[in-house]
Amino acid sequence: MRLRAVALTLLAGLFSLGGAGCWSSESDAGSDDPTATAQPGQITLTGAGATFPFPIYARWFSVYNQQTGVRINYQSIGSGGGIRQMIEGTVEFGATDAPLTEEDLARIPGTLSIPTVLGAVVLTYNLPGLEGTVRLDGETIAGIFLGEIRRWRDPRIQALNPGVEFPDRDIIPVHRSDGSGTTYVFTDYLGVISPAWRTRVGTGNAVRWPTGLGARGNEGVTGQVRQAPGGIGYVEQVFARQNNLPMAHVRNAQGEFIAPSIGATTAAAGGLLERVVNDDFRLSIVNADAEGAYPISSWTYLLISPHMRDCTRAVALLEVIRWALLEGESHVLDLNYAPLTPGLRLRAMEALKVVTCGAENRPVIDPARDFQAEWEAGEAAS
Amino acid sequence: MTRPTGTSAPPPPPGPAPEPAAESVAERGLIRRLLPSRSRGNLPDQVYVMLLRGFGLLLPVLFLFMVHRIATSAWPAIQAFGWGFITSQEWNPVLRDFGALPFIFGTIVSSFLALLIAVPLSVGLAIFLTELAPRWLAAPVAFATELLAAIPSVVYGLWGIFVLVPFLRFTIQEPLSRTLGDTIPFFAGPAYGFSMMSGAVILSIMIIPFISAVTREVLAAVPREQREAALALGATRWEMTWQVALPYALPGIVGGAILGLGRALGETMAITMVIGNRPDIAASLFAPGYTMASVLANEFTEATGELYLSALMEIALLLFGITILVNIAAQFLVWRVARGGGKT
Repeated sequence: MRLRAVALTLLAGLFSLGGAGCWSSESDAGSDDPTATAQPGQITLTGAGATFPFPIYARWFSVYNQQTGVRINYQSIGSGGGIRQMIEGTVEFGATDAPLTEEDLARIPGTLSIPTVLGAVVLTYNLPGLEGTVRLDGETIAGIFLGEIRRWRDPRIQALNPGVEFPDRDIIPVHRSDGSGTTYVFTDYLGVISPAWRTRVGTGNAVRWPTGLGARGNEGVTGQVRQAPGGIGYVEQVFARQNNLPMAHVRNAQGEFIAPSIGATTAAAGGLLERVVNDDFRLSIVNADAEGAYPISSWTYLLISPHMRDCTRAVALLEVIRWALLEGESHVLDLNYAPLTPGLRLRAMEALKVVTCGAENRPVIDPARDFQAEWEAGEAAS
Repeated sequence: MTRPTGTSAPPPPPGPAPEPAAESVAERGLIRRLLPSRSRGNLPDQVYVMLLRGFGLLLPVLFLFMVHRIATSAWPAIQAFGWGFITSQEWNPVLRDFGALPFIFGTIVSSFLALLIAVPLSVGLAIFLTELAPRWLAAPVAFATELLAAIPSVVYGLWGIFVLVPFLRFTIQEPLSRTLGDTIPFFAGPAYGFSMMSGAVILSIMIIPFISAVTREVLAAVPREQREAALALGATRWEMTWQVALPYALPGIVGGAILGLGRALGETMAITMVIGNRPDIAASLFAPGYTMASVLANEFTEATGELYLSALMEIALLLFGITILVNIAAQFLVWRVARGGGKT
């Protein structure tokens, strides 16, 4: 890890020295004649950012490369890194789990946040000899991670789990020690549910944890929970599913206890379409008030610049996104991610119509293009 | 490389001028002619010297470049927090309030605890290998110790999570905190396993090969006459080792220990995996801690906002400073023992 950090620093230095020059000259060469059509095989698009969607992005981009020859080089260096690279202009698109803050948006004005897939954060635990599944609600989870609920036999936990015999153990909360979109979603949820959490801890990729142990990555949290009887930690649903971890059921805004699942995650994004104002998708979907919705859900974004110099590359990039959102759903399900609802995907494509390219600010997507009709035609064909 | 004939005449050398016409001893004349041109002025030689000079300067320049880069990135945090950065215990990325004291504490305490464990073990091992062990045993044991240095630190970390931490938790920490925890603050519970103690133990295992290798070298460098004189005066083997060999080798041993300390201060992966990563200052050895290297590795990739990044960079700068100081101290002590022993 030390090596990686050093390498990143050096890389950042190199980019600031020479990288900018290389990039601009390359795009200048392209923008001489924006109408020229380059062979698709010659195009390589570069993006960087979030690690959570890396498996699905890698799958999308590799399938797309086989079909069209367009290469997309995505580096999963973390959401923070993706935003930084967007600010420095060294990548063509970024990716982030946490929504772009106003502070960052001010440095890259107009940048679009396009949701791609949904994720959920689940609570996994280590209670040897326990029969059945643990049920929790937001207040209790906040109490555990604030250090107010310290024993598994606490009456507040017992009240949610009638008939379950808990072992007489200390609760050992485990959280992510590395900055992470997973932590963002989890703390976002606790902040929405619990006023005490909002004032004492807050929401972020990394926060000041009042109690518990920190572990690196989903696998680190899982490792520590497995090693410590009485442990409870939060991990990505995809990771938990792949590793068959026990997952607590969580009570949602409608009072139902929901087992984490792909359907329950998509359900959380159900009523969202009406909340999207001015094509700003930076909305929190935790504690969604929808039937069957798993409450600790979120989406992950691509960051797209509103203006690109090189039209050929801009067209290629938006076409990749269109293909991934409107035709790439089977891959999403394959990899245990939750897909967006069709309405949201079409809305995201509409939002991308503002992107322009070239010196004369040509729109990249034809404003008259009707994605709704294309989608319905595609559905009818299949 | 050098052309034997001086067709293109080299610049007039300041040394003895080549003989203009040496028909009688042609061979000698040739050597004479070549001598000054070989020593200076010849183009390939100049290129060679400049190339080496470039190599020599490359690393210091790289070093300065890194210091400059880290320092400029850290500047906003230095301006915002001043000295308070080093004394504040608050590390809150949400409120953008940063203080490095828990990390400095964690780094220094875990490293010194590691030394406390590793130095006696390493010195004992080195004495056994140089003074007592038969040759057929000494070589394989020394080899095995040095192999410890070749294990990647992430492997140490995994071993720590799955073997060391449960072992420490159930056989040492839980019994001790139950019996002595209320009276001695060092053993206060609860015992998570992931703790300052686990971090120190894993660091000590990682630095033993370095300290023991240096100690073996300096013990082997103790002159034979010194040992023989001590034995001749009637010293036992114990007295000879303890009163003659060890004092003679002491500065070197200290140098080796500081070398190990330098490594412990900078170690990242293994200790991150076992120390528990909580930025608190606790008296108990069983409480989780956090180190400077760990927080950098953990939070750098996802840090957003200038002040947050800059605070991490300032921690990097502090860590840089501490390890450089430690390394300078080590160089100095090793240099002293190389100059002819500690006894003057």
